[in-house]
Amino acid sequence: MLAVRDRRDRAAFGRLFDYFAPRLKGVAMRSGLGSGAAEDVAQEVMLTVWRKADKYDPHRAQVSAWVFQIARNRRIDLVRKENRPVPEEIKVADYVEDDAGQILAMEQEAGQLKAALGQLTPDQRDMIEKAYLGELTHKEISDRTGLALGTVKSRIRLGLERLRHELTGMR
Amino acid sequence: MTQIKHHIPEPLLVAYAAGSLEQPFALVVAAHVSLCDECRAGLGAHEAVGGALLDDQIADGVSTSMKDALFAMLDEPAEADSEPTFDRSGVFPGPVMQALKGQPPRWKSVGGGVRQTLLHAGDEGSVRLLYIPPGKAVPDHGHNGIELTLVLQGAFRDETGRFGVGDLEVADDTLEHTPIAELGAPCICLAATDAPLRFNSLIPRLLQPLLRI
Repeated sequence: MLAVRDRRDRAAFGRLFDYFAPRLKGVAMRSGLGSGAAEDVAQEVMLTVWRKADKYDPHRAQVSAWVFQIARNRRIDLVRKENRPVPEEIKVADYVEDDAGQILAMEQEAGQLKAALGQLTPDQRDMIEKAYLGELTHKEISDRTGLALGTVKSRIRLGLERLRHELTGMR
Repeated sequence: MTQIKHHIPEPLLVAYAAGSLEQPFALVVAAHVSLCDECRAGLGAHEAVGGALLDDQIADGVSTSMKDALFAMLDEPAEADSEPTFDRSGVFPGPVMQALKGQPPRWKSVGGGVRQTLLHAGDEGSVRLLYIPPGKAVPDHGHNGIELTLVLQGAFRDETGRFGVGDLEVADDTLEHTPIAELGAPCICLAATDAPLRFNSLIPRLLQPLLRI
């Protein structure tokens, strides 16, 4: 991803495509789209990944979390006429060097998160997927995912603290 | 930054991260996140969960023709964003200024010194700015659905506690409350509902269709 961001490296983008496009297509097909329409979604999301690569900040998000956001934004923009409300961006004063330690910490947290997801029962797992892939309303999320959400939440608390400290440091 | 005590409940933050939250609530969440590092970090964490789930999705093979077509598009210039963007102005965070299209709010009186500016109303509910003079109350009301109220200036108290700048109150259909603005600066709030409010006195109820609340 950083090679795509910094050098507009097409071979690297090809590898990102090979990894994410089939997954994005899979998610789109979950929502009931046919194969052709789901490929269109994957194509559109990957084009946005290429075009917005300069916005990618490895200290704030893993690549998969960033691609997840792009896919989500596209889905909202498709169904809404109104502006999609987005939080203010944090303004970073100067370009900061990539901090390998920070990025490593985030990768470790992502590993712990995966482990937590792996501990869910199949039913809980199904509910969590539906919640995060936009298939449940917020009321359904409160009614149905309580326990599973707690399990996931307990594992992301550590990462949360780190993110929060970092945000405070940016102000 | 003042100390924020009342944050976004987890299910609302998950729904926002997932993109399934109704527009009026999404605006309140985006405004709160603009003011609150804790919820911004929480949102980042939920997006990380979304990313982890994306990693684990069953991959469905994509055609090489689609990939080729995409690579042919990489050199095309992206169309510029058509919507102008508006930054925070005074007490109004960026997402609120965006909803106001960069203009100052146009207040309309709703009685008792309380004023409102409707930002959006549709099938999913409505969202408005409320201006409550010091010491004044928003008419006693209950809710058919959920109401989110985010304080942007001043503070209010109701039966459940005190809410200052950045605090978010979540009221559901079990809560009958009378928010009263504290003395000092007028209280300005961003309030969203997914159903019309029920006022407990006759006059506001008659006005309800006119006010669209």
